[in-house]
Amino acid sequence: MSDYEVVIGLEVHAELSTKTKIFCSCPTEFGGEPNTHCCPVCMALPGALPVLNEKVVEYAIKAGLAMNCKIARKSKNDRKNYFYPDLPKSYQISQFDMPLCNKGEVKIETENGTKTVGITRIHIEEDAGKLNHDEFGGGSLVDLNRAGVPLIEIVSEPDMRSAEEAEIYLRKIKSILEYIEVSDCKMQEGSLRADVNVSIRKKGETKYGTRTEMKNMNSFRSIVRAIEYEAKRQINILERGEKVEQETLRWDDVSGKTFSMRDKEDAQDYRYFPEPDLALIELSDEYIETVRKTLPEMPESRKARYIKDFGLPEYDANILTSSKYLSDFFEEAEKICKNAKAASNWLMSDIMGILNEKEMEESEIPFKAEQLGELIKLIDKGTISTAIAKKVLIEMFEKPQSPNEIIQQKGWIQISDEGAIKEVVKKVLEANPQSIIDYKAGKDRALGFLVGQAMKETKGKANPQMLNKMFLEELV
Amino acid sequence: MKVSKEEIMHIASLADLTLKENEIEKYIINLQEILNFANIVNRAPIDDIDESVTGIEEKNVFRKDEIKEFDNKQGLLQNAKEVQNGMFKIPKVIN
Amino acid sequence: MELYELTVHELQEKLQRKEITSLDITESYLKRIEEKEPEVEAFITKPEKREDDSTSIPIGIKDNICTRDIKTTCASRMLETFIPPYNATVIEKLSKEGIKVFGKLNMDEFAMGGSTEYSYFKKTKNPWNLSKVPGGSSGGSAAAVAADMVPWALGSDTGGSIRQPASFCGVVGLKPTYGLVSRYGLVAFASSLDQIGPITKDVTDCAILLNAIAGYDEMDSTSAKREKIDYTKAIDKNINGMKIGIPKEYLGDGINEEVKQAILNVAKKYEKMGAKVEECELSIAEYSLATYYIIACAEASSNLGRFDGIRYGYRSENFTNLKELYKNSRSEGFGEEVKRRIILGTYVLSSGYYDAYYKKAQKVRTLVKKQFEKLFEKYDILLTPTAPTTAFGIGEKSNNPLEMYLADLCTVSINIAGLPAMSIPCGIDSNELPIGAQLIGKGFNEETILKAGYALEQELKFRQNYKPQFKK
Repeated sequence: MSDYEVVIGLEVHAELSTKTKIFCSCPTEFGGEPNTHCCPVCMALPGALPVLNEKVVEYAIKAGLAMNCKIARKSKNDRKNYFYPDLPKSYQISQFDMPLCNKGEVKIETENGTKTVGITRIHIEEDAGKLNHDEFGGGSLVDLNRAGVPLIEIVSEPDMRSAEEAEIYLRKIKSILEYIEVSDCKMQEGSLRADVNVSIRKKGETKYGTRTEMKNMNSFRSIVRAIEYEAKRQINILERGEKVEQETLRWDDVSGKTFSMRDKEDAQDYRYFPEPDLALIELSDEYIETVRKTLPEMPESRKARYIKDFGLPEYDANILTSSKYLSDFFEEAEKICKNAKAASNWLMSDIMGILNEKEMEESEIPFKAEQLGELIKLIDKGTISTAIAKKVLIEMFEKPQSPNEIIQQKGWIQISDEGAIKEVVKKVLEANPQSIIDYKAGKDRALGFLVGQAMKETKGKANPQMLNKMFLEELV
Repeated sequence: MKVSKEEIMHIASLADLTLKENEIEKYIINLQEILNFANIVNRAPIDDIDESVTGIEEKNVFRKDEIKEFDNKQGLLQNAKEVQNGMFKIPKVIN
Repeated sequence: MELYELTVHELQEKLQRKEITSLDITESYLKRIEEKEPEVEAFITKPEKREDDSTSIPIGIKDNICTRDIKTTCASRMLETFIPPYNATVIEKLSKEGIKVFGKLNMDEFAMGGSTEYSYFKKTKNPWNLSKVPGGSSGGSAAAVAADMVPWALGSDTGGSIRQPASFCGVVGLKPTYGLVSRYGLVAFASSLDQIGPITKDVTDCAILLNAIAGYDEMDSTSAKREKIDYTKAIDKNINGMKIGIPKEYLGDGINEEVKQAILNVAKKYEKMGAKVEECELSIAEYSLATYYIIACAEASSNLGRFDGIRYGYRSENFTNLKELYKNSRSEGFGEEVKRRIILGTYVLSSGYYDAYYKKAQKVRTLVKKQFEKLFEKYDILLTPTAPTTAFGIGEKSNNPLEMYLADLCTVSINIAGLPAMSIPCGIDSNELPIGAQLIGKGFNEETILKAGYALEQELKFRQNYKPQFKK
């Protein structure tokens, strides 16, 4: 097995977060009653004509700049002709030989260090409609709300060599698109998806093997599984001395296998030709510079700043900047509590832990960054202990309340009143004479036991430092 | 260039048309005749000439990203032969 | 004199003087339709009698222009029952000018043809001689105007479809510059060539109608943003010093002798009126027809893909799966000529042939534009016949596609170059069939054509001298 190398390239489709569709003024909003976000244009009625949304061009260029592409000064739209019921015009307006962006690259962090993945091109095109299955009648139902939602297709070079690398690359693309705010990248809603090309070759071989393509993958997990499965399948074919057939495959998540997509009555011939209903695109340097100026601070720069200004370890800075959402969350929490290390720790350990457990995305954190900041402030002021804070966090995931409200309601405010704590200490000592003997006999563990008992007595609300101090005073 | 039966069948299939036997014969002859005639473009003095890709000279014809709802959404479905739950019904699509 | 015999500018004068109401006009036309439609068969959807406001003017519309709540069939079985939920931009514009849709007119299916014989519904007859075709594809529009069944009409022109039927029916037809009139709502045949334009009784009406429909439309990316022009101001017969070129390629082989003589006669008249007329060269003309058919069919093959029997249009009864639904609906819904052009268009775009045909044609297109540009450095307008012959007999060419295509010889290069051109009646042949002269102008220079057309009209007085005889 290890004689082989897997070669992976990705075609990532991202729906752009414009208000309207690419060629008409219908809303792009997800959902809605079937066929209500439609008009004669996106429903392809006879006589309707497309007009290009200027934001689509701007967003695609933004993505190109963020991925270090060359922006084409001249570009055009083309028709890609094929029949499918989710494609009402029977052609998709896309870009064939003059895409908006060419030749870029992104850097990814792998376990073997930083790696550069080439971007072949980025082009704009329209999304297709949706086919629903009719549960009763045995037919399919066409909903064209999504038809005409703008997409960019980001085509990578076949630069990835493992499923992990492909996953890291896709996460990187997702992160960049989120940073520059051109796509919401919601994979469950299909607004980010990828066609995955896989081929196998002997290590040291310079030529690529025959590739297969798996279309419309929309979860990281299935992409990783599918690549691993497909690599093994192809290696087995080669080991048997047979040839891999170039084809389009469908990944089935349930069986964990790829299947050949049949219906190959004819080899596809898309008959691309320039879209006569649209004008050519000609971009000036000035325009491209204006777009460049709208780019936000990118992850690399944020990372450096976190290390330098906040003294965060590189590992932490890496994870925090891996998504704009997380990074923004961190920065906002930091602004409130002025304790970057604590904010980072809470995000990276407790919050991530809960997200993993609940299988939630970062963007689904139900409370605001400011509230995390307040929570940390409460600890730093000594209002609550870290232990209580962890309980407060769990509550914050349950219902949207501020940490202050939660501790008020639950009565979790830390007892830091000397008199009150002294009373507890006395009570615990009275109830545990053996521990006093043990401590005096040199068993330090007895102190821990006593503190624990006091905490139990106060339901964890006593200030642990004060407890420690007072027990020591009494025991001397 | 000679148009074969296979070729015309392939072309018809790309265009999602079914041709009857007699139509195939007829269209082969027509297509052959028209192509012979169209071949004249291969003699045109077009070295170093750019293609005209659109009918207009204007560049960058864009629209603002502003929502305008179509005023007759009911009418969008009025011509469909089969509608169910507001969707167009078609025979089952198998991937 | 009956109201239906008047031009629109004459009707407008009467309306302004309150001598008549709009209702009088529609009644007069409805009466005429009742009388003439049985033998001419120009309508797919006849106008209905209705109470109208007092100033509106009726107009006949070619049946490939979408009219909300009025059937729009493209003369195809495919759209036999299609009712658009929206209006084409031109219909909205007309309505703002008080011009109301008055029936939908016959055409070649999806505007593909030059005789209106390829209509799925009926064959329209030429009002001058009922055994002849009215031309096409806007044959219903031209015949209805010629037969006085509508005061004016809109047609569409992809390779001559306004001008050639106008020529065959002895009326005025203008194909505007590509981009002057919005195509939004015109069922597309060839997107880079299609234009909507007026078919009228005279040049003045042509200018009035052009005023109503021209202008920028944000719904059509190919629509030109230009300052609004009042075309009626061009109606002035002073053409003294105008430079007119006659491309010799359009007076050579394939042009009927009587047609040639009529055009030379027009040239003489222009000289008499003070214009400078000389022969010129348009060597690229011989490549135009092939170029036109390659580009038009390629675009059509893609434009007609949307007719799949799902959202609208004909759906076959005969299918067991999706592919059969597609194939059978399309095969049964489209007529022979449409299928022929889809096949040709698909062929020239398919892999292996794209470079040999489509790409070459797009290069010839550039050359055609350049040659015209060059000619317009020297001339204000060009003069040619509109069609190589006068109206031919019904059934004469319908089984020979290539011969039918040759009828577009003089008109297609104008669409390829995107220029404006008008056909204006300039005489009749020995069979008493009208001959049309084509006046070609510089891009967006409709005014010069209208001026030259008006001058010729005043000189020849065709409408006063000849009338369609509905010969059997």
